Amino acid sequence: MSLWSTPRPGTPAWADEPAVPAAVATVPVISLDRVGKVYRSGPVEVRAVDDVTLAIDEGEYVAITGPSGSGKSTLMHVLGCLDVATSGVYRLAGQDVGEMSEEDLAAVRNQRVGFVFQQFNLLPSLPAWRNVELPLVYAGVGRSERRQRAIMALERVGLGARVDHRPGELSGGQQQRVAVARALVTDPSLLLADEPTGNLDSAATDDVLHLFDELHAAGRTIVVITHEPDVAARSGRVVRVRDGRIVADSAVEAAS
Amino acid sequence: MTWAETLRTGLEALRTHRLRSGLTVLGILIGITAVILTVGLGQGAQQTISSRINALGTNLLVVTPGSSTGAGGVRGGTGSASTLTTADADTLASPAVAPDIAAVAPTVGRSLTLTTPDANWTTTVTGTTPQWLAVRARTMSEGRFLDPDDLSQRAAVTVLGPTTAAELFRGDAVGRTVILNGVQLTVVGVLASSGSTGGTTQDDLALVPLPTAQQRFIGSSGRTSVQAIYLQAKSQEALSAAYQEAQAALLVDHRATSDSGPDFSIATQESLLSTATSVTQTLTVLLAGIAAISLLVGGIGVMNIMLVSVTERIREIGLRKALGAPPRIIRRQFMVEASMLGLVGGLAGAALGLGLAALLTQTLGQPIVASPVATLGAIVIAVLVGIVSGVYPATRAARLAPIDALRSE
Repeated sequence: MSLWSTPRPGTPAWADEPAVPAAVATVPVISLDRVGKVYRSGPVEVRAVDDVTLAIDEGEYVAITGPSGSGKSTLMHVLGCLDVATSGVYRLAGQDVGEMSEEDLAAVRNQRVGFVFQQFNLLPSLPAWRNVELPLVYAGVGRSERRQRAIMALERVGLGARVDHRPGELSGGQQQRVAVARALVTDPSLLLADEPTGNLDSAATDDVLHLFDELHAAGRTIVVITHEPDVAARSGRVVRVRDGRIVADSAVEAAS
Repeated sequence: MTWAETLRTGLEALRTHRLRSGLTVLGILIGITAVILTVGLGQGAQQTISSRINALGTNLLVVTPGSSTGAGGVRGGTGSASTLTTADADTLASPAVAPDIAAVAPTVGRSLTLTTPDANWTTTVTGTTPQWLAVRARTMSEGRFLDPDDLSQRAAVTVLGPTTAAELFRGDAVGRTVILNGVQLTVVGVLASSGSTGGTTQDDLALVPLPTAQQRFIGSSGRTSVQAIYLQAKSQEALSAAYQEAQAALLVDHRATSDSGPDFSIATQESLLSTATSVTQTLTVLLAGIAAISLLVGGIGVMNIMLVSVTERIREIGLRKALGAPPRIIRRQFMVEASMLGLVGGLAGAALGLGLAALLTQTLGQPIVASPVATLGAIVIAVLVGIVSGVYPATRAARLAPIDALRSE
């Protein structure tokens, strides 16, 4: 499973966690150590993520599932550095993100994480390639290189002929593929997809999942948040969350 | 993210909401146009007045009678008394009494109607002496000015201003006659135009010999009284000496005591100018204040629209943050957009203001002076209004948590 992981010198202290025995000698892409996220609204305290310990290795394709209100969205926000845990240690590609400033978190999101959202979240006024180049703008990449890399990313997701189309001129499945291209363009450590097929019909769903399969086969680390069993079944490992805790963590037998 | 990138993104955002951006710009535009026009109007009025005062002559002093006190002790306005006489003018003309005064021109004046067989025209008829021409720094375009013989003979002659001549006669005016209060006057000359802006009154007048005027047209209380005496000092440096000589001579002549005070007043061009300037300045400040309020309203408009923009683009802000835009860049983005609204409004307002200033100057005949400094200042103010109005919305945008922004529908 960890075909694409590269062994690194020095075994980290948390590597002996039992979550993924195969990854003992590598730095996991994601390493959560007793991470909690507590929301306080007035006197009520909500433990959205409660003492979660989890490691995901490079090259893994993991689905995080659970009913709504289970805390999987909060977990996704923490994983994507959109939100900061209130307790525990989260290391993303070996980097502790707990003590980072807003500015540094923005840089981590920019370089380490590629997001795919349920709502696609493309800017409607910009053509596909301008949407895809957006993370590179914040990374400070020059204009011509940005265009080149954006077009390469669009070709990678099979939209090489649609680079100048605006989101409104593309189907839902195509829009989501643009979003995937945008997530890939910075070559991030982690592809984080939040209900990526929630707004798609079954054909487009299949289309996007097929793309994920390809990316997985090419060695990408993918984490998908979903409540659809079909989508979860396409991954290599399913983590079930309920009431903010991990209740099951198992490999999927026959992935496509 | 470079500044060029930020500018480009800002421009795109404004272009996406053309109508909204346009309306916001309109608020700034109106404010800036109002500022440029009102300041220009004030400056124009000031220029007109100072050019009129300067057109009176050079190194000029004007002596006017003091106020009269009526039987009931009611004090009349300055000039209501008729305490100045031709004798005073003669005294001041004496080199022994006032060595620093070069020329003296007593005047009486009244608005009267001149008649020719073809036309009649109401203008200011002024009785004066030959020195008037030098004192008021005027020149002739045709014929001659009044001469000493006209005075001694109380001749029935007149010199017309160019506007007056044109209104009364077609073609040459010299040698023709006009009727004034039943008296036939021969036109002996026409003045050259004073060339002062908006100074039409300087070109519309009729001059007659002082005794002729005193006896036949004006003569009210005492045939020797005059309404004003214009004095020309020998030079700029001699002006204050001339002032003191005139003051001293007239005080002696009029036997004024320190109790009663002088029954006349002497004004210099400078004092006339500073009075007029302070009046127009007050007016300009008042008008500019009103214009500034409209600019303030424009600024509130920018802030309002930027806040709407932040609320409306909350998902976009969230997305940009998720993709790696730090708060600093988001703040800069909205600041740049607000400043652009200010800049565009300022440029358009300046263009419109300059255009209207030129148009109104032509149509109203009232000069509106749009100075480069005021115009540049107005544009800078517009940008500042944009920046100031952008601070709060931009800070709000920058503070948005990415998840809250992404979550909102």
